[in-house]
Amino acid sequence: MSARFVDRHIGTDQDMQRSMLAAVGYDSVGALMDAAVPSGIRQSTGAGSPLPPAATEREALAELRALADRNTVRRSMIGLGYYDTITPAVIQRNVLENPSWYTAYTPYQPEISQGRLEALINFQTMVADLTGMATANSSMLDESTAVVEAMLLARRASGSASNVFLVDADAFPQTKALLAHRAAAVGIELQDLPEDVEAAPAAFGAVLQYPGASGRIRDLAPAVAAVQAQGGIAVVAADLLAMTLLTPPGELGADVAVGTSQRFGVPMGFGGPHAGYLAVRAGLERQLPGRLVGVSQDADGHPAYRLSLQTREQHIRREKATSNICTAQVLLAIMASMYAVYHGPRGLRAIAHQVNRAAGLLADALGDRVVHGEFFDTVTVSVPGRADAVVAAGGDAGFLLRRVDEDTVALSVDETTTLDEVATVAGIVAGERLRLAPKPTLRSISPELARTSAYLTHPVFQAHHSETGMMRYLKHLADKDYALDRGMIPLGSCTMKLNAATEMQSVSWPEFAGLHPFAPESDATGMLELIEQLQGWLAEVTGYDAVSLQPNAGSQGELAGLLAIRAFHLARGDRDRTVCLIPSSAHGTNAASAVLAGLKVVVVACDELGNVDLDDLRAKIADHADALAALMITYPSTHGVYEHEVRAITDAVHAAGGQVYIDGANLNALLGYACFGDLGGDVSHLNLHKTFCIPHGGGGPGVGPVAAKAHLAPFLPGHPLAQRDTVAGREAPSDPEHGNIVSAAPFGSPSILPISWAYVRMMGEQGLREATGAAVLAANYIAARLREHFPVLYAGENGLVAHECILDLRPLRERTGVTVDDVAKRLIDYGFHAPTMSFPVAGTLMVEPTESEDLAELDRFVDAMIAIRAEADAVAEGRWPASDNPLVHAPHTARAAITGEWTHPYSREDAVYPVPGLLQAKYWPPVRRIDQAWGDRNLVCACPPVEAFA
Amino acid sequence: MSDPASLHYTAEHEWIAVDGDIATVGITPYAADQLGDVVYVDLPAAGAAVASGAVVGEIESTKSVGELFAPIDGEVVESNQAVVEDPSLVNRDPFGEGWMIRVRFSALPELLTAEQYAAITA
Repeated sequence: MSARFVDRHIGTDQDMQRSMLAAVGYDSVGALMDAAVPSGIRQSTGAGSPLPPAATEREALAELRALADRNTVRRSMIGLGYYDTITPAVIQRNVLENPSWYTAYTPYQPEISQGRLEALINFQTMVADLTGMATANSSMLDESTAVVEAMLLARRASGSASNVFLVDADAFPQTKALLAHRAAAVGIELQDLPEDVEAAPAAFGAVLQYPGASGRIRDLAPAVAAVQAQGGIAVVAADLLAMTLLTPPGELGADVAVGTSQRFGVPMGFGGPHAGYLAVRAGLERQLPGRLVGVSQDADGHPAYRLSLQTREQHIRREKATSNICTAQVLLAIMASMYAVYHGPRGLRAIAHQVNRAAGLLADALGDRVVHGEFFDTVTVSVPGRADAVVAAGGDAGFLLRRVDEDTVALSVDETTTLDEVATVAGIVAGERLRLAPKPTLRSISPELARTSAYLTHPVFQAHHSETGMMRYLKHLADKDYALDRGMIPLGSCTMKLNAATEMQSVSWPEFAGLHPFAPESDATGMLELIEQLQGWLAEVTGYDAVSLQPNAGSQGELAGLLAIRAFHLARGDRDRTVCLIPSSAHGTNAASAVLAGLKVVVVACDELGNVDLDDLRAKIADHADALAALMITYPSTHGVYEHEVRAITDAVHAAGGQVYIDGANLNALLGYACFGDLGGDVSHLNLHKTFCIPHGGGGPGVGPVAAKAHLAPFLPGHPLAQRDTVAGREAPSDPEHGNIVSAAPFGSPSILPISWAYVRMMGEQGLREATGAAVLAANYIAARLREHFPVLYAGENGLVAHECILDLRPLRERTGVTVDDVAKRLIDYGFHAPTMSFPVAGTLMVEPTESEDLAELDRFVDAMIAIRAEADAVAEGRWPASDNPLVHAPHTARAAITGEWTHPYSREDAVYPVPGLLQAKYWPPVRRIDQAWGDRNLVCACPPVEAFA
Repeated sequence: MSDPASLHYTAEHEWIAVDGDIATVGITPYAADQLGDVVYVDLPAAGAAVASGAVVGEIESTKSVGELFAPIDGEVVESNQAVVEDPSLVNRDPFGEGWMIRVRFSALPELLTAEQYAAITA
């Protein structure tokens, strides 16, 4: 038995690879890679591996255990948006640790995603109900980035000519820092919201924290009205648990509500990942950033879920998108929504009452020392001159208390806090032993602000309160979906590779999951070491000098990289370098991020081979000469080709004084063979959820580290509240006050970093190289076998593709009328998730098999595509009418196959069992093809009534 | 429905029907077909001044966004609320009920004839 993890990770063994190589026409993977990867960019090998030699799964787990043991998890009372919470075991086991949920992709193919779409519409309904808003999106990256998105939304939606955004003095410090860093890039001026709201200056919007960072609750209605009276948009950052007891933002007149759902059963994890949220009043739906789930209907008129209003998003609207966000926090949003489903409105209210009561008892015991009379869970206490001593004494007793200033501490309680702990902490703060009263004597929430309206009244929040019921509901939803536990997801540019169980194992260890992001450095020793090791390894394999792991999605890494470029130019006095060149083939996110970094997008043409048009590039560089800030390119290109001219491209940009951003989306075709740093890149983001095995989670979490050459290191993200600055090669971030912050937490989403750490640790340099070779071989094998049935659109010099290939379906459409949609939906009948549709070229499918699929699965896909081609031919030959054939009616549900009289010219068997293998294992889609237009014309983004499904 | 042969056109795939000093503007069936199922239309309010070539509105389908350009200098006298409420009119009847805006103008710029426009989309 092999102990090498690499042989578990890579799906094809030597025998399989030999037969695949024969089909492609090469003797060895080495020979194939020599022919595919241009020699000019190849990294030298044999210089000795910068990575430690590959560990076995057992060894890697032991090392992770040792790192975990070096963390100290004390009871956090720090608050500031992060609270300990009890993850119901039924949710941990059946969602967080269940590959049916965590290996799914973003639900762009809605017919095979109904389970997670239902879970997400539960999330949207939960957020909208609790905040009292009309429509919520299906998650943001964290609370602070959600506040930034709300600020940008306010600027779009407000009629005000002002460029001022007002910030509550009682907002979380990480939110204030992030607002400052992001506002500066886009010319927004931040001002403090005065305590006397009538004296507020003209502004396009304001953000209010509810309850405040100090714990204080105040009636926000006057401030909301004052902001709106000047034409501004009022944003309220609201604690979801508190909203079960407090009048919600919607009822106070707010336009936008934002926040986090972390305390709904998602561990703190040293900062993430958690699902932020953003909700708006009626009339602002089209201004929402991010993904929004809505209800539509399928071909039979049955209700079905899908993503709504996608034209707001970066993949369509590019530099005019509402935001650059793509990956959000779907897995965590689902966990939070299930926490609400499991507890129901009464259960949530009971938890909130328990928290509020514990805080009330704490305040009672501390008497006059308490600063604010109205609070939900956080009590600010005056301890003149003793704050440091109190925090130290708390630490000795196992509690993390928050030092506000030398005279003040703040204490946050949560659903895990016991009354014994409250008594202990009260005694520490008072410096004397205190007894708790049997019940609070004071009202900490005034009757005027107590919530009276109902919430979570939809039956889904009443029906699954027993563990049996919850387990079955989660199974029922998971059964509707297609994830990697069913078969391959050959999505080009998405790298849906194995998320190994060993990699996932430590995610829920309490030593990683239980840390507060602002815990003292000494509590996070093991975690910080893991972070620094992973940063070092990522720098080594990409040829860069410094890495920041803070960005919690690829889009954020991209933004961080562009902000670094902008800051670099400004630091050198180059104020006018604001033009960002982007090839027409780029991911839409590139353009959206460039705008948010304060850059001006100029598009560079691509030639007919899909490569950057060098002549056009040179012309654009000449046009913008001294204004050139950067070029963004993707390597290998978004067309899945290793461009031979990449050095000429990057040299031309450098010669003109520009910086080169290389998008790391396609790094899986390069690891071990070439480095971004050697290609002329100055900065890149990587996608740990693509190349480094963090699961896609149905649309998040992601991690988008930003990696750069030494000259950009000072400008990479740090954090004003970080335990230490882990970015190599600098004394401190270039903006020490705000730390170049891009995410709420100092290290983004640390609790999932052990996944990528374990992957690199178990693969070693040789294993990563083997994975790249296997991925490139798999893509070329598919291209070779399908080329006679579908043209392969782009290829490099030797007719080879990189790690993905584009199948051109446009000739098929011209000949047969069969569209790329028909083929994608028919693949569902064959038991597949469709490849990427119409990106980067409309009317095509982009296939990325990854290294993790074995030959049998690759062949099953090839055979399905060949069979579908034959079906299309039958339509062309007139054997089936264009309006009635298995392609246009795909996918076929069990209901469609058995209900009523069968009138189609093809058989039921052809409809649902087109190949015999399906008789053994059949994935049944729960709905037929979904009407996209109907859903956008009739927008409904909350749980529909149960009768709709009758 | 207007007679397509008698209309003016632009290279941005818009048609213009002139009646006195009022120009009615819509998008061509070719444009509607390229966009696909139109789900949302954003039009300028009556009274808005528009300049030839400027973006004055948006036409969204499920998969892309098209811009509505003013083909002419003038003032919007009416925008089609029926098409705002039921954007599918753009696909069903682009030359008729799917019209977008009416503009009062003083001078007609050089526009394409039906034949010239047909040559563009051939």
